[in-house]
Amino acid sequence: MEGAVIEFHLDGRSGVSPYLQIVQQVRHALRLGLLDEGDRLPTVKEVVARLAINPNTVLKAYRELEHEGLVAARPGVGTFVTRTLADASLAAHAPLRQELRRWLSRARRAGLDDESIEALFMTTFRTAAREDIA
Amino acid sequence: MIWLTWRQFRVQAAAAYGLLAVAVAALLVAGRPLPGSGVTRLAPADGTLYSAGIVAVYALPALAGVFWGAPLVSRELETGTHRLVWNQGVTRTRWLVTKVAVIGLAATSAAGLLSLAVTWWAGPLDAASRPDTIRPVGAAMPDAVSFAARISPLVFGARGIVPVGHAAFAFVLGVAAGILLRRTVPAMAVTLVVFAAVQVAVPFAVRPHLAPADRQTVTITMANISKLGVNGTERLEELAVAGPPGAWVLANETVDTAGRVVAAPSWVADCARPPGQAALPTADEACFARLAGLGYRQRLTYHPAGRFWALQGIETALFLTLAALLTWLCVRWTRTRLP
Amino acid sequence: MSAVLRARHLGKRYKQRWALSDCTFEVPAGHVTGLVGPNGAGKSTLLNLAAGMLTPTSGTIEVCGGVPGDGPAQLAKVGFVAQDTPVYASLTVADHLRLGARLNPGWDDALARRRIERLGLDPDQRAGRLSGGQRAQLALTLGIAKRPELLILDEPVAALDPLARREFLQDLMEAVAEHGLSVILSSHLVADLERVCDHLVVLVASQVRLAGALDELLATHHRLSGPRRDVATLPADQEVISASHTDRQTTLVVRTEAPILDPAWTVSGLTLEDLVLAYLARPAGAGSAGRPALTVLR
Repeated sequence: MEGAVIEFHLDGRSGVSPYLQIVQQVRHALRLGLLDEGDRLPTVKEVVARLAINPNTVLKAYRELEHEGLVAARPGVGTFVTRTLADASLAAHAPLRQELRRWLSRARRAGLDDESIEALFMTTFRTAAREDIA
Repeated sequence: MIWLTWRQFRVQAAAAYGLLAVAVAALLVAGRPLPGSGVTRLAPADGTLYSAGIVAVYALPALAGVFWGAPLVSRELETGTHRLVWNQGVTRTRWLVTKVAVIGLAATSAAGLLSLAVTWWAGPLDAASRPDTIRPVGAAMPDAVSFAARISPLVFGARGIVPVGHAAFAFVLGVAAGILLRRTVPAMAVTLVVFAAVQVAVPFAVRPHLAPADRQTVTITMANISKLGVNGTERLEELAVAGPPGAWVLANETVDTAGRVVAAPSWVADCARPPGQAALPTADEACFARLAGLGYRQRLTYHPAGRFWALQGIETALFLTLAALLTWLCVRWTRTRLP
Repeated sequence: MSAVLRARHLGKRYKQRWALSDCTFEVPAGHVTGLVGPNGAGKSTLLNLAAGMLTPTSGTIEVCGGVPGDGPAQLAKVGFVAQDTPVYASLTVADHLRLGARLNPGWDDALARRRIERLGLDPDQRAGRLSGGQRAQLALTLGIAKRPELLILDEPVAALDPLARREFLQDLMEAVAEHGLSVILSSHLVADLERVCDHLVVLVASQVRLAGALDELLATHHRLSGPRRDVATLPADQEVISASHTDRQTTLVVRTEAPILDPAWTVSGLTLEDLVLAYLARPAGAGSAGRPALTVLR
């Protein structure tokens, strides 16, 4: 059998639960085009043997991904990617990055240091997210 | 389970049976001594072998108890391996019973083989046993060295099948001590002390009563008197006559006409003075006749030589029963008392 | 959900001291359950009771539907890797596998050999010469190849260095994924358990303080911080696990099923370690319905 395309890693200090970290890493890889339709995710046994984590955690992450329609489990074979997230958004990355760069240089000229920029970005990001929900 | 027992025990078994083989070979090579055919003294080497044989047959059960029995469970408890082995698919009871059976068999077989070899080798000497009597001056030297009867307390435990019983008992005693004390070295010490105490106590407190003893009342004569003790104040301290050949005499008492146990009159001391101590006649038959005429007799309580195998059988059965009982207790304790 | 372990008012006394008292809880099948608590809390006693090495002084314990240690069938269902992972020093690695094969009816020899080979252990090596990590791996191999329904491990990684610890847990989790066995393992270090467990039992001072699915426990416990206030004014459905106050601020760990709506609080989640520490610090006898008997006032 062909080897898995990606490997997972866990950040113990992120405060994000391990299962969510796996879900995020798959989504991330899908977005960046690292994972394509038909690619096989590592088997539960492989993930468990590598990360020393509970198999139920991996199963839960894969179930979540399956629920989102991103992957499908084929019993006895493995879990395969069924949809990619890279499509249209990937094309929009370049212009957005350019705009963000321009915004960053404006912020620097206004006298903001790195920490202030990060804080401003995160608070704005969170407020916007909250307003979206509401 | 037998495999594991054997795997853990094989080195010790090889060492023990190796030594046993050396001992048996030494006896075979030396050959049986032949006293009685004009030999008055035993060759020094044979004398050493005779004593060494008795020591070895007594030591083997003790060693089995100390080195095989005591560590059997306590070593596992000390190293924590009981937690490994008691969590396999075999119950503690089966584990213990198998171990006790396999190693117990090795111990009893070794004791049986050694005793067989020693009993065979010492056969002619045991057969040459005769009662000691006071030798009058001028009497001929006996034609052979006299040895203790094989039924006598010391030799009995080093002949026949009794060592098998001793080995079984000592081994299980060691196992029990290991279970109760949970530590190897104290268990070894306790095993040795208790077994030694049993070995001393049994010949004097238990063995005489294993079968009803015979009684015989005899006239005291110059020919059969074996002991005559006099103290400084010319009082008679001790008077004994020889029992039947090869018998184990338990009591040697002077009785009067009514059958009461009494002390013989003190003048008897003069009937058989050892030569050189007095100017009196050294063998005065008339003196003994006078004693008999007054109604004094000597009463002997003894186990005859022919009872040797009966006593051996009973004592072996007794020790095997004790061993079985202790094994049962060990199984119970292993189930309920141990962590 | 079927239970792999059921304890009812379970207690164990050594001479005068109760190592475990009145423990009633269940451990579900098919999970990896972490047993956490400070040293001397009774973790080993509990696991030894479950393996049948000890018998309870009071109450009952049922493991895989049977009495622990009761007969060969029960022994076959439960594997136990004891503290300090004892092995026979004079026997070789291969001898240990043969021991497993001879003493266990369900022994999976191929699995055992594969594991030993992958671990790089020399079958002819005497077990007494193995490193702590290798010895633990050998003991784990015996436990796994026995193919039990439940594998109990008493502080399996306490004596191992970080690398050996990681390898041990990787192998354990792989066996769980492969054979679907239930596992109960104890540790006094929460970090060891954080990734591998999905169920938790917290034992403090011989009693079970907390038991439940890890996700659920993390989801229902919150850290609240805000202006100083009396814990008695909290809503009835918020159970206070720990509370500390300064002149102006109050910080609480609370357990609640309901969302926290009070805007005065800044709400944050807890890590497993925070959660366990909150329970360890909780005074004994603080009931599920009650407020903490003592609060820290400064």
